[in-house]
Amino acid sequence: MRRYLVRQLVQLAVVVVGISILAFSILHIIGDPVTLLLPQNAGKEEYARYKHLMGLDKPVWVQYWKFASGAVQGDFGRSWYGNAPAFRLVVDRMPPTIYLTLAGLGVALLIALPLGILAALKRHSFVDTLCTLLAVAGQAMPIFWLGIMLIIIFAVRLRLLPASGYGTWQNFVMPAFCLGAFLAPITMRLVRSGLIEVMNMEFIKTARAKGVAERVVVVKHAFRNACIPVVTVLGLQFGQLLGGAFITETVFAWPGVATLTVDAIRNQDFPVVQCAVVLLALIIVSVNLIVDVIVGLIDPRIRAGA
Amino acid sequence: MTVGSGAAVGPAPFDAAASPDTAGAGWRRLLRLKWGVGGAALFLVIVLSAVFAPWIAPHDPLLVDIRHRMAPPAWMEGGAREHILGTDQIGRDLLSRVIWGGRVSLLVGVSAVLLSSTIGVLFGLAAGYFGAEVDWSIMTLINVMLTFPFVLLALAVIAVLGPSLPNMIVVLGVTGWPLYARVIRAETLALREREFVLAARALGMSHARIVFRQILPNLVSPIVVIATLQIAQVIILESFLSFLGLGVQPPTPAWGNKLGEGRVYMLNSWWIAAFPGLAIFVTTLVINLLGNGLRDWLDPHMKL
Repeated sequence: MRRYLVRQLVQLAVVVVGISILAFSILHIIGDPVTLLLPQNAGKEEYARYKHLMGLDKPVWVQYWKFASGAVQGDFGRSWYGNAPAFRLVVDRMPPTIYLTLAGLGVALLIALPLGILAALKRHSFVDTLCTLLAVAGQAMPIFWLGIMLIIIFAVRLRLLPASGYGTWQNFVMPAFCLGAFLAPITMRLVRSGLIEVMNMEFIKTARAKGVAERVVVVKHAFRNACIPVVTVLGLQFGQLLGGAFITETVFAWPGVATLTVDAIRNQDFPVVQCAVVLLALIIVSVNLIVDVIVGLIDPRIRAGA
Repeated sequence: MTVGSGAAVGPAPFDAAASPDTAGAGWRRLLRLKWGVGGAALFLVIVLSAVFAPWIAPHDPLLVDIRHRMAPPAWMEGGAREHILGTDQIGRDLLSRVIWGGRVSLLVGVSAVLLSSTIGVLFGLAAGYFGAEVDWSIMTLINVMLTFPFVLLALAVIAVLGPSLPNMIVVLGVTGWPLYARVIRAETLALREREFVLAARALGMSHARIVFRQILPNLVSPIVVIATLQIAQVIILESFLSFLGLGVQPPTPAWGNKLGEGRVYMLNSWWIAAFPGLAIFVTTLVINLLGNGLRDWLDPHMKL
């Protein structure tokens, strides 16, 4: 177990350093912060003066070191627009994003678990075909369009739900459903294929032979084992889930990290963009690590295989 | 060839079970593929209508018809007969814009996928074939890229480079490769130990010749399947970027930017947002059906 943990931690460190290099190079190698900050009619001397002032005439690795050592202490510089530290701005917007992500995950499980189990138990039945169709359609659905259609139907036409905003449970309904619809197809497929695989195993036959009720076989013996791949893949897909939350937020004007980042990108406010990128990556990587460790604890085979 | 006969010598229960009624099995498989065939046919229609947009579209997509601004679809009350799907906020024909918009999405989808599959296949082959440090570095790079939400990465890069069609193709192409690399690496790792590769090595073939002449031809099926399915994903991503105003800029007709404009007018004119989005949905659905059908047809056991 200890070796497994160490290996996972080393991988985490490598990924975090990689992401920070990526975030750094987005601005410093592809773009040029000085031209972005100075007015267009600024002269050559002005340009050189600012370049020196911001420490951008030093070698790239010195600049990266400065960025990284600041970032470790939570210092990503001040926002070029709002007069506040970028770190504070991003952290303040974190809770709505996390709530939305959790709500979306909940909705996805509510849709995917019953349908996936039914499809697995009654293979090639009407339910199974329906699930396959739903999964294929769901994967093709652009959720920003789904969100807008929901707004047009439920907010504009029927006036049942608020089109945007944050605070009450009504505000959660459409965004959570939207995100849930994004995640449900893959979850449903995983539940179905995982359960089918487990149902064919020897210990299920043993349990049946012992005369255990079919209901208990499915719930206690099969489902628990089928959960392992579902949890693993969902954990590894956490980045995609956040990506989905990102898209959902922009449709419903949800006051989370995504709307902040998109606004920052429009304003070319790079300290905020960099901070958001690094913090989101850190969250994703930590979730992946936690999931890996939990799964490793449950199932010794994975520990050995990884 | 040698591999095939070698497998036949050993006990091959699956082959024996499948061989008796080959014609019947073929028909049944084709029937199961009907969704794939249907998807392919519809996809062809979409591609043709995009290619021949200037001849098919009833109006010029940029032509402003001030008398019919925000006209609803023809079947609704107040709809104009010459604008079947209605018009947008300055009276441009929506159907024409949707037909023309397909050009941007398909162009971006296909070019980005060509770019990312080339990069991904090269990296995957290198990682799987050479192993050791090469494998470790490439896998680390893949892990970094895969942990990160694709959307955010593309957005950040577009923000620096500026929104334009070539920039978008490059960004979507360069961010999309890890998916191919991961699959190709795993397949190459398995192929590397097979007899025909060992034989090629014993014959003294160069690494490049073994990789491209012996290994790569075996990987065409997974590459084709992933690439097809990825076109749909790239189209969704491209539309999202355009929807945010960070992709294809108006007045160039694209599904994404029309959807973004339509959002502003959704209180009164739902059709401006509805139809471009529907076009995205139908196109990606059809491509997914085609991709799934291809997978079943090429190799039903493929794990993708």
